Amino acid sequence: MKQPLIRFEDVNFVYRKSTLEEPEIQQEWLALQNINLDINEGEFVAVLGHNGSGKSTLAKHSNALLLPSSGRVVVGGLDTQDGERVWEIRQMVGMVFQNPDNQLVATTVEEDVAFGPENLGIPSKEIQARVEESLAAVGMLDYRLHSPHQLSGGQKQRVAIAGMISMRPKCIVLDEPTAMLDPEGRREVMETIHRLNKEEGITIMHITHHMDEVIDADRVVVMADGKIALQGSPRDVFTNVETLRKLHLDVPQVTALGERLRRRGYDLPQGILTVNEMVMHLCPSE
Amino acid sequence: MAMFKNITIGQYIPGSSIIHRLDPRTKILSTMFLIISLFLVDSFWGYGLIGLGIILVIRASEIPWKFVLRGLKPLFVILLLTVSLHLFMTEGEPIFQIWFLKVTREGVIRGLMMGFRLILLVVGTSLLTLTTSPINLTDGIESLLKPGKKIGIPAHELAMMMTIALRFIPTLLEETEKIMKAQMARGADFQSGGIIQRAKSLIPLLVPLFVNAFRRADDLAVAMEARGYRGGEGRTKFRELHFSKIDVIAIAIVAVSSVVVSILF
Repeated sequence: MKQPLIRFEDVNFVYRKSTLEEPEIQQEWLALQNINLDINEGEFVAVLGHNGSGKSTLAKHSNALLLPSSGRVVVGGLDTQDGERVWEIRQMVGMVFQNPDNQLVATTVEEDVAFGPENLGIPSKEIQARVEESLAAVGMLDYRLHSPHQLSGGQKQRVAIAGMISMRPKCIVLDEPTAMLDPEGRREVMETIHRLNKEEGITIMHITHHMDEVIDADRVVVMADGKIALQGSPRDVFTNVETLRKLHLDVPQVTALGERLRRRGYDLPQGILTVNEMVMHLCPSE
Repeated sequence: MAMFKNITIGQYIPGSSIIHRLDPRTKILSTMFLIISLFLVDSFWGYGLIGLGIILVIRASEIPWKFVLRGLKPLFVILLLTVSLHLFMTEGEPIFQIWFLKVTREGVIRGLMMGFRLILLVVGTSLLTLTTSPINLTDGIESLLKPGKKIGIPAHELAMMMTIALRFIPTLLEETEKIMKAQMARGADFQSGGIIQRAKSLIPLLVPLFVNAFRRADDLAVAMEARGYRGGEGRTKFRELHFSKIDVIAIAIVAVSSVVVSILF
């Protein structure tokens, strides 16, 4: 069998926090508990979970920004504990963060996209080619000379994604990239990452709490209290309406509607995800 | 209250003149030569020649006069003070006297010279920032400071700091405006009262601004690390600076003429 791109093996992570009033007393809690997860090459994996479910902590383990307290994370055959290979790992796994303002470094779009390759020590001719290519891939080539504060939130996130693509990663981990965006910006970002996944074959690990953003994923991982609570295709996961409710997670509106209709005696399958599907089942003749 | 809209950083005026196209290092070094010779020259002939040179450069840069002269506006008070101090305080052959203010021949000469010196200084240095974009200026400073690394000048770090500062100035200004509006909506008053009252009213603005700035810094540090940043070592540049023939000629002209002017006058 092919080796997975990212493998989490019995990963535990202890988070320590001290309060300002009592700095000596440290509170500890397990942010991640016995996580076993494989992310395969070319996959689109959505990680779903509430605030404090450990999903961001999980994301930060995928490129050695955090190291497991026990267990190990292997990225492309490299253990993240290996201090000497950290930069190779970070080149393989790019990361996009929640706040679009706080991850752009340079004063113009093209300079910012060049930041990653500059750090990798790539010759400037090659950087220029990569910058152009990456901006074209996210549809931001026309904005190359703009400064970041002139862009909308969705555009900033696309620039941040371009900044990752220019490092030629195998996988991009997106840590709630749409949380601070308006619906238009969310649509832009989601379209971009789906296109990158399909056309460029880049593995995507998308972390979110928006239900409708996981419907098109290959696999959904539901996190709760630092553990993987559910895992499977979107359809499988959303069949477990009751379990999701218990975890204070909603199912997509159409799925919830289907569930209520089923309880009233309508003959509908479980786990309907889109409006089109619902229409197909309710009015088969259409 | 769109007080921070359309903010431009620095005073760069885009263009494609020969001066714009010069390597930033050429322009920085030329400005250095200008400053040194302005302090060495001590005669009207010298200032006249330097002024002529600056006028030629302004013409070549195709920058409208009003932008060049705009830089002098904030200087007006200092200019007036300097000239009048020299005018009245210099000892020498008196020309006329109003009450206790004695104007001397030497005073008039010194005052005028100081005035010229200041005007040429400001006009000459603002030509640098008018024709060089902040990015190029940063690149130029980094490149020029590189040899100083051996004696502990952190060239790359300084340039990185300048870049990040330039990047975040508009972001922080927007945030200031947002916080001000939020506090005004809750009844804060930033406009009335004396100086102390006004300074006090800034506290509810500055505290959230600083807290957020630190949070941003933290986020940015993580993001930079995720993008493989590990200091200036082994880092390449997106745009490389290189001296062209024109740069060599320009530097030679500026260097020779400033040495000649400084020695002769």
